[in-house]
Amino acid sequence: MLLKADKVAKSFDGFTAVRGADLAVAQGEIVGLIGPNGAGKSTFFNCVAGDMVPSAGRVLFDGVDLTRASAEAHARAGIGRTFQVPATFEDMTVLENVMVGAFLRRTHRHQARDHALRIIDMTGLAAQVSQRARSLGTPGRKRLEIARVLATEPRLMLLDEALAGLTPAELQDAIGLVRRIHGLGVTLVIVEHIMEVIMTLAERVLVFNQGAVIAHGEPGEIVRNEAVIEAYLGRGHRRRRAAP
Amino acid sequence: MTNLRVSNLEVRYGDLIGVADVSLAVEQGSVVALLGSNGSGKTTTLNAIAGLVRPSRGSIEWQGRSIAREPAYQIVAKGLALSPEGWRLFVSQTVEQNLRLGASLLREKTRLHWLFDRVYALFPRLAERRYQLAGTLSGGERQMLALGRAIMSEPRLLMLDEPSLGLAPGVVEALYETLHKLHGEGLTLLLAEQTIPLALDIADYAYVLQTGRTVLEGKAADLESNDQVREIYLGVKSTVVANG
Repeated sequence: MLLKADKVAKSFDGFTAVRGADLAVAQGEIVGLIGPNGAGKSTFFNCVAGDMVPSAGRVLFDGVDLTRASAEAHARAGIGRTFQVPATFEDMTVLENVMVGAFLRRTHRHQARDHALRIIDMTGLAAQVSQRARSLGTPGRKRLEIARVLATEPRLMLLDEALAGLTPAELQDAIGLVRRIHGLGVTLVIVEHIMEVIMTLAERVLVFNQGAVIAHGEPGEIVRNEAVIEAYLGRGHRRRRAAP
Repeated sequence: MTNLRVSNLEVRYGDLIGVADVSLAVEQGSVVALLGSNGSGKTTTLNAIAGLVRPSRGSIEWQGRSIAREPAYQIVAKGLALSPEGWRLFVSQTVEQNLRLGASLLREKTRLHWLFDRVYALFPRLAERRYQLAGTLSGGERQMLALGRAIMSEPRLLMLDEPSLGLAPGVVEALYETLHKLHGEGLTLLLAEQTIPLALDIADYAYVLQTGRTVLEGKAADLESNDQVREIYLGVKSTVVANG
């Protein structure tokens, strides 16, 4: 297993956001993570990516215990994550933003720059390379958030609603980009509310509710699971999917 | 009766043109949708109506009077409320305090309880978290709070900027059921929404924006099958390739 999260829990001042969640991801997989708002999905990502130290449980990456390691150590080990609200450097250009990621594994400026330019090309940001991050629209910001992480050459990428807020045409492009990233050999865990994304990309889906995994299975099974319909999809979901 | 009329609106951000030429009308009691890809000017149009950005040209009239130069709080007092992009919450205030702020212009304070009940019935999650700071909420919960705060002002025109963004499918369903109900009670709605079937299902009339201009308008039922709308949203008709 590339990633093994064992009974990960996280509490804040008596409030438990994640209560003993398990997740095992094999090299090359695309795993979907869905669940109601506030179910603890982002907090779980924070624990796996080293942005928070779990209150209990363990995070193993490629057999190495990273539970209490820093965010930088996680990135160096090969775990990259995007943020739901893009955490780009607003007054830096697209190139500079991506170079920040590229510097993780490159010390020379020109090497980082060349690598960043390749990533920018791949993520479809070439036309905006010298634009400041704050001037980008939603699709550009979402791409830049992905590009920054990709520049760190992760083996595992955690995408936290990286495709939300896109129109259908933009969404199709973004799904294509995720496929290309997967094609590079990157293992992916995707949090997304857009069921089309989950159904199209994920091979396996885990359902979070109240800080724990309540169901897991293939996407087709999951959307028919009564507990999932009750907790997450809502009663009208099947009706809407049936009559688009 | 036309409640809101926007004519030849232009909004500039320095040298950048956010909206070049947008005209629209909203009849009392109707639901109007703004459609268009990211960067087409939907958010800027809503922000201009709400008084958050100043038009550089054109007019905005509410019930026959210009509101283009009014400060945002005066526009709320006239009965227009916006649930904005990016939520703009007071993160160091509790959920309940944020909601109460939405009702700060309410004359009959006795109605406050009833308003809280309505919002909490719509988003039970907010009721559970009423004494938590808004800054501790998840992304989806923040979206609920921004929507709830707009509803607390008992607007006559409720403007929603991508209300389904970041919400779990079941919550989106509940939200739209509520919007249908509020509309049934006589509330006028103006919404920007990326999920076209949802938008066209609730809307009576829709405007399509492209690069800051209204390029198409019509009854929602007619736009549903319009080729130009399909093109704008879906790009070149892309086939979704099944995984594997």
